[in-house]
Amino acid sequence: MAGITQTIPSGALLPVQGVEEYPQDRHQTWRKFSRHRLALSGAIVLLLLVFGATAAPWLSHFDPNAIDTQWSGTPLAPGAFGHWIGTDEIGRDLYTRLLFGARISLTLAVFAVVIEVVLGTLIGAVAGYYGGKIDGALMRLTDTFLSIPLLPLLLVITGIVAASSSKAALNFASIVLIIGLLSWMNVARLVRGSFLSLREKEFCEAARAIGSNDSRIVIRHLLPNAVAPIVVQATLDVGNVILLESALSYLGFGIQPPTASWGSMLANAQENITIAPWAAIYPGLCIFITVLAVNYMGDGLRDALDPNVQ
Amino acid sequence: MLTYTIRRTLQAIPLMILISIILFAILHQMPGGPLAPYMQNPHITAADIERLKHNFGLDRPVWVQYLSWLGKYLTGDWGWSTMNSTPVTEAILERLPATLELMGVSFVVSVTLGLIAGILAAVKPYSPVDYFVTTFAFFGFSMPVFWFALMLQMLFSVTGIHFQMFGYAFDFSLPSAGMTSTEGGNFVDRVRHLVLPVITLALIQLATWSRFTRASMQEVLHTDYMRTAAAKGLTFFSILIKHGLKNALMPVVTITALSLPGLFGGAIITESIFAWPGMGRLFITALQQQDFSLLMGYLVLSAFLVVFFNLLADLAYGWLDPRVKYD
Repeated sequence: MAGITQTIPSGALLPVQGVEEYPQDRHQTWRKFSRHRLALSGAIVLLLLVFGATAAPWLSHFDPNAIDTQWSGTPLAPGAFGHWIGTDEIGRDLYTRLLFGARISLTLAVFAVVIEVVLGTLIGAVAGYYGGKIDGALMRLTDTFLSIPLLPLLLVITGIVAASSSKAALNFASIVLIIGLLSWMNVARLVRGSFLSLREKEFCEAARAIGSNDSRIVIRHLLPNAVAPIVVQATLDVGNVILLESALSYLGFGIQPPTASWGSMLANAQENITIAPWAAIYPGLCIFITVLAVNYMGDGLRDALDPNVQ
Repeated sequence: MLTYTIRRTLQAIPLMILISIILFAILHQMPGGPLAPYMQNPHITAADIERLKHNFGLDRPVWVQYLSWLGKYLTGDWGWSTMNSTPVTEAILERLPATLELMGVSFVVSVTLGLIAGILAAVKPYSPVDYFVTTFAFFGFSMPVFWFALMLQMLFSVTGIHFQMFGYAFDFSLPSAGMTSTEGGNFVDRVRHLVLPVITLALIQLATWSRFTRASMQEVLHTDYMRTAAAKGLTFFSILIKHGLKNALMPVVTITALSLPGLFGGAIITESIFAWPGMGRLFITALQQQDFSLLMGYLVLSAFLVVFFNLLADLAYGWLDPRVKYD
């Protein structure tokens, strides 16, 4: 095969390659997953985070964007005036911003991954199912996008969006779209690989023999058998997108102020690190713990969905 | 092998052309294009912009502009950097040594430590060492680079680590920005400036290297030739290094191919946090200043390097592993 044959997803936690055609039952999958202690802890941490993000307005009586009336130019230290982990450099409650930031960071990652998975599956399925020239063309396109370093490309595109209208155009929706539309390549390769081997299998032959059309074969017969590696890749990519979004926001090309995202909360942390170290510590810690939880969960899913692992 | 080499090289060419077309099309969306910095200048009138557009050839059809860009790029004329007021190639060459120094050192550090950690973990799977290496790798994969860098700065530069032991005062403060002190520049000073950015970069790379070495080494350890070597009575160390590592390094060629483009492209985040005057920081400044030609030059160069090193890795596989047969 031509092109970049060895590119690894940016997180470099590789999902299972190829697929097994005999499915295991759900109980078996759950048993294997729950035996993976760290994966289970990861899932619990994520559930707590989702709860915190959903219930944010009820978990804190502060407004995430309001400046404390007691603020007088210096960030309020943890414990002062009811801010139990302090305020940022302009007097906004850090704990509340972390909760509201979780909303942005988590939903943005999930939406971007949904786009990535839909697009990647579509491209990979068409390439793998039809093969030949279509496959060649689509894989060449995949190689092209894989060869362009992702972070600089994202920065240039968000930079152009900001310059074309205003910085405010860099909102939730545009960042979801930009990230989602530029990270489908690994899913596409995964699905293509599965489909290339699956379409030669007897059950596919049988489906064709009884007169099923292409879309029915793809949706009813091939896709369900190719779903496991996609799930693993998607899980790991949620973590990668959280990291990516936070990096973009940190550099000022992501979520714009005053909206809180974990990355944008760190944007001013460096110059204020001497007066408000807490404002630098907590948002990053949240990113780190969340991505760690996602990665452990992905690892557990990979083991649980792989019939070869006992 | 020769025909394969030629064929693969020829296949890389349309890929590079496609990449440059896509990048050109994207950057073309930048309002003002190469004239963006002039657009904000109040002394430049709309008539001036029109005249500049004509002089720059920006009133021609897009594909003509692309072809003329391609022709110039291939002959080494990468355009004019508006922010540096130098040719783009000069601006890039000026920053390259700093990036090579930073990325080179962190590459060597992470390869060395990553190989050792990976081998140790593979030799005794599910031992405390293995758990430590695996946990470390997961931490590395999950770490937001910029936050890790901030924490290092906080610990070693802002607070610093001072303590007294055996009657001596120890001071572990490290510089948090730049390549050298303003007055400094001797070897110790340069090394001290390297420490924090190298730790930052090595953490991430180390995770990849140790993970890959472990996986690849584990596979090799179960092969027949390893058992044969043990049966011959060779020492464990010589089996491990001569028979094991040599074969285990094969897949590692892949990660090398992935890391090498970064050696030239630099690290955008790490360089901006540590104010390292390298390529990554050049890119971020160019983006803020809307330096069209510099952005284009940087992006195309980075993408070409990825294609080039992937091609090299493909060819290296065939050369290193006689089992790989190319048709």
